[in-house]
Amino acid sequence: MSTLVKNNNKKADIDDFDHAHDEKPRGIMRWLLTTNHKDIGTLYLGFSLLMFFVGGAMAMVIRAELFQPGMQIVDPNFFNQMTTVHGLIMVFGAVMPAFVGLANWMVPLMIGAPDMALPRLNNWSFWILPAAFSVLIASLFMPGGGPNFGWTFYAPLSTTYAPDSTALFVFAVHIMGISSILGAINIIVTIMNLRAPGMSYMKMPMFVWTWFITAFLLIVAIPVLAAAVTMILTDKYFATSFFSAAGGGDPVLFQHIFWFFGHPEVYIMILPSFGIISTIIPAFSRKKLFGYSSMVYATASIALLSFVVWAHHMFTTGMPLAAELFFMYSTILIAVPTGVKVFNWVATMWRGAISFEVPMLFAIAFIILFTIGGFSGLMLGITPLDFQYHDTYFVVAHFHYVLVTGAIFSIMAGAYFWLPKWTGYMYDERLAKLHFWLSLISVNILFFPMHFLGLAGMPRRIPDYALQFADFNQLVSLGGFAFGISQLLFVVVVVKCVRGGAKAQEKPWDGAEGFEWELPSPVPYHTFSTPPKVK
Amino acid sequence: MSDKTLVHKKNNQLIAKLVSVVMLMFLFGYALVPLYDVFCDITGINGRRFVQSTPQISGLNESRLINLQFTTSVAPDMPWKFSPMTKTIEVHPGENKVVKFSATNISPNTVVGQAIPSVSPGIASLYLNKVECFCFNRQELKAGEQVEMGLSFFISSDIPEDINTLTLSYTLFNVTAVNQNKQPI
Ligand SMILES: [Cu+2]
Repeated sequence: MSTLVKNNNKKADIDDFDHAHDEKPRGIMRWLLTTNHKDIGTLYLGFSLLMFFVGGAMAMVIRAELFQPGMQIVDPNFFNQMTTVHGLIMVFGAVMPAFVGLANWMVPLMIGAPDMALPRLNNWSFWILPAAFSVLIASLFMPGGGPNFGWTFYAPLSTTYAPDSTALFVFAVHIMGISSILGAINIIVTIMNLRAPGMSYMKMPMFVWTWFITAFLLIVAIPVLAAAVTMILTDKYFATSFFSAAGGGDPVLFQHIFWFFGHPEVYIMILPSFGIISTIIPAFSRKKLFGYSSMVYATASIALLSFVVWAHHMFTTGMPLAAELFFMYSTILIAVPTGVKVFNWVATMWRGAISFEVPMLFAIAFIILFTIGGFSGLMLGITPLDFQYHDTYFVVAHFHYVLVTGAIFSIMAGAYFWLPKWTGYMYDERLAKLHFWLSLISVNILFFPMHFLGLAGMPRRIPDYALQFADFNQLVSLGGFAFGISQLLFVVVVVKCVRGGAKAQEKPWDGAEGFEWELPSPVPYHTFSTPPKVK
Repeated sequence: MSDKTLVHKKNNQLIAKLVSVVMLMFLFGYALVPLYDVFCDITGINGRRFVQSTPQISGLNESRLINLQFTTSVAPDMPWKFSPMTKTIEVHPGENKVVKFSATNISPNTVVGQAIPSVSPGIASLYLNKVECFCFNRQELKAGEQVEMGLSFFISSDIPEDINTLTLSYTLFNVTAVNQNKQPI
């Protein structure tokens, strides 16, 4: 990675800003009309935190229902709506906006740009998101209920058998998609056109690299999702037959189109994590990132491979053997670049002077637990094994390990890492450590037993289960409630940190590197109107 | 040109390219529909490829016997009884056979049905040739009416050695509402 030197005039520049340009409108209008990348980053992060709790509340309903066998609290249709909307909110409302928020905050600072390239578009891409989720959540209160066909909305569940409110679901997904695409275009233009002079592509920080690649995945994959939901819409309401066998269509085609989007989507939700972890591990190991360029190439190859593996979600649809073999081998091939990454992180820590502040704790937990999720993914990628695991809780365990202890843990790590820079105050290390340890323990009680439930044959997305699964489900539910409550601690830490605390220095982590650490904490409202110099 | 307008021009060119990628990928989503059909026609991989064939005169292979099974089902909103009159049959590759299916409209209304075939294993659909099939046309039954519907077929003599059993299933869909255009599918 590049070594950065201070722009000699920088201090003077910033002082100038503090006095002359740090004015911002007050009150609600500041947030509605803002085009400032830091404000928009904050909005995205705040919205994502809110959605994390809304989706989390739905998970609590699911776990409460599954606490005991038999129908306990909700009726099956409502249970299905909970699993569906929990998934949609966590994917499109919590994880993705959190990454976009981090990108908004950090990418301009990391590449020495004054703001995002398209600030007004940026305002729009955020503000259509709350609209989309209002529509989605409102659909739950429509006659007949909200979407109940799973977040993957397979036809004909989402056409022939779908509730009347499906049009609202389609509309909401369209808006979320447009928001992501606009955000991605903005990030690509910013990275390609606004890098500080001298910052070549191979000198960009890893977080910028991973987001650069993620943005390309977004503009390629999300339009395919838009096509899929549009076909669902016309099949349901306008008598087309894309997925209806009676009219010459094929429901299996839906799965091909959906997963052509869906598999790149899972990398959209993990590549920025890789960037965050690649930033934090070197900072707290006080060493340079091991194998920078191999990290870049590994990220790019994961992104490319993600377009040729989609049918590993469809092994049980009756594919010919040759196709099963192709998709099995291509899937397992992805373990190679992913392995390179894990190796590099471990090699970065090797013989480093490691300290264990909270961002580092989350990052180390990420490496271990994400790798567990990766291994169960490999198991699922092996065709004959998948016939056993398909649609069981083993799958649920797998993707929650990569999404919760993967994506969400990395977001937590990033939030703790940059909070002092954002707010100007240190967060409460003791409370944050408590948050980490409670999360770490409860998340494993929550998701680890699911592996065994799945291996024993418990199907996913069903509100009731056979008696032999009762003990483990009770344990899982207790872990779930504990994990849910632990996250309230995160809110406490963030609120405390915003309101005050020990003053943060310019560079609170002594191993950290990058332009953002050469700016004062909190970061002034306007930064880098003169680009910094890259050595 | 000032620096600022230069950046603007650069940005706009890049945005135009990225937006066209987005548009193309949206169209690609739709293009997957015909691509999928063509791909399945060529490879026969999803068991849906059926064309009308002319009867085979030569190529009878009496050394092999293929076990053919017939199953039927009706869509949930289809008020017909529908069943194969022959459940299984053994045929030599190249041998012409006719089997019958029975359908009864048990509703008080005239109903139009369309049968959709599917073969398992999917690849075998490349070797199952239909000379005449009720699935080539829509069927119209008055209230209470019963018909026997014929399927005349042969199995190509080049069917791979490892395929010894095939299942042909028909699902009957209610297409009364969309029957304005009488074109078979
Ligand atoms: Cu996948």
